[in-house]
Amino acid sequence: MAKRSNEPFLWLLFSAGGALAALLLPVLLFLYGLAFPLGWLEPPSYQSMLTLISHPLMRLLLFALCFLGLCHWAHRFRYTLYDGLQIKHLNEVIFVLCYGGAMVGTVLAGYLLWTIP
Amino acid sequence: MADKITLEVMRYRPEQETEPTFQGYEVPFHADWVVLDALNYIKDRLDGSLSYRWSCRMGVCGSCGMMVDGEPQLTCATFLSHYLPGPVRVEPLRYFPIMRDLVIEMTDFMDKLQRVKPWLIRGAEKPLLQGEYLQTPEELDLYKQFSMCINCMLCYAACPVYGLDPQFIGPAAIALAQRYNMDSRDQGSEQRLDLLSQHDGIWGCTFVGECSKVCPKEVDPASAIQQYKLTATKEWFRAFLMPWSAK
Amino acid sequence: MNDISAHTAYHPRWYRPRVSTYWWLWRWVYLKFILREISSIAVAYFVVLLLLQLRALSHGPEAYAAFQAWLKVPQIIALNSVCLLFVLLHTITWFNLAPRAIVVRVRGKRVPDRLIAGSNYVAWLVVSVAVAWLILRG
Repeated sequence: MAKRSNEPFLWLLFSAGGALAALLLPVLLFLYGLAFPLGWLEPPSYQSMLTLISHPLMRLLLFALCFLGLCHWAHRFRYTLYDGLQIKHLNEVIFVLCYGGAMVGTVLAGYLLWTIP
Repeated sequence: MADKITLEVMRYRPEQETEPTFQGYEVPFHADWVVLDALNYIKDRLDGSLSYRWSCRMGVCGSCGMMVDGEPQLTCATFLSHYLPGPVRVEPLRYFPIMRDLVIEMTDFMDKLQRVKPWLIRGAEKPLLQGEYLQTPEELDLYKQFSMCINCMLCYAACPVYGLDPQFIGPAAIALAQRYNMDSRDQGSEQRLDLLSQHDGIWGCTFVGECSKVCPKEVDPASAIQQYKLTATKEWFRAFLMPWSAK
Repeated sequence: MNDISAHTAYHPRWYRPRVSTYWWLWRWVYLKFILREISSIAVAYFVVLLLLQLRALSHGPEAYAAFQAWLKVPQIIALNSVCLLFVLLHTITWFNLAPRAIVVRVRGKRVPDRLIAGSNYVAWLVVSVAVAWLILRG
């Protein structure tokens, strides 16, 4: 019998990312992407932003959001490419591009969150 | 109301053609007729050469599944009146090889049902003198929904993952596996896990959800699959963190 | 019998229609499914946006002001609006599908789907208000 797939781990990352994104992304994208640029609400100042993300828990949350959000994209996009474009035969390439991309983004996020004053 | 309706039926006679064609038949329209009634009328009165499967004509045998206007339906449960004024397009079940006319090849499906070990697996059988395996209504409720499957294959016709990858084990097979996994009398979930936790097991499923939509018995195979993903994930972590604990 | 198990055996007379690459365009339900899956790109885009914002913050007030000005460019606003729509699609489909995966039984009875979905929506509201308050209080 074939060895059991390690897919469950990737699926868990996908699910966690999906849940976190579902809860947090709408309000964040609305505020920073629409409300502040269009002047509907007063954006926080540079100093306020730094204070906001200075707390280690906040940095941890943002890191989790980046890491899990990217894992969510990687997993879902990988299957979309398999099914949507029927290019399953390229699955190694797709796997590396998707999860590799997610890891690059995670490392960048970690670096930025570590070095911000 | 109309007194006639046209059916555009797919014909495929491998001994005389290499591609399927469509043939139109005009049948009487009755308000209480289903598509199967129309097909039987065609077979009895218009064209005896039409081949198709049917049996109970009341939605319990699962034989008469076909594509009606592009949707997987039990033809015995689909009223002609729904498609007025017509024409109604009738084709064989999608994603299966077509043997002849509306008859598809279903060995792949039958084989997959067998593969999930759809029987009660016990570590050790109870001695006969100890009596039957008892089960409470609450324990029955855990798996009852998944036991309602009539093997009609509409879910396979609706599942794009199966269409794209015929190796995918498919909704009905997984729902059947869950029917046994969740049965309090069964002790075989470990054995089924080996088969199901594969890429062509549950992990090929992307929760399109169409399988549950077309199911005539409300089995909700999509839910069975997602629940099993959670179970398989818990098992994976248990095996990863505590590899010494064998079930 | 087991030989047929991997995939249906070859038979010269059986007809196998090939599934089109555009199978997802031929049914509205399949298109809705693909759109739902595409929403994951919006999630990745947001993370990129967040990384850009963090980088701007780390480079000082002028860099951050430049980043904020960039966000005001009409094409970027349009892009962000489209992404917001996809993010909302993701959220709504995620919460509506949650009850199918998370089946909770209380005292032997299954908790109704709308309660599970509903509690997700309530959590969404609470989290959104909390986040907005944190950001807006200045």
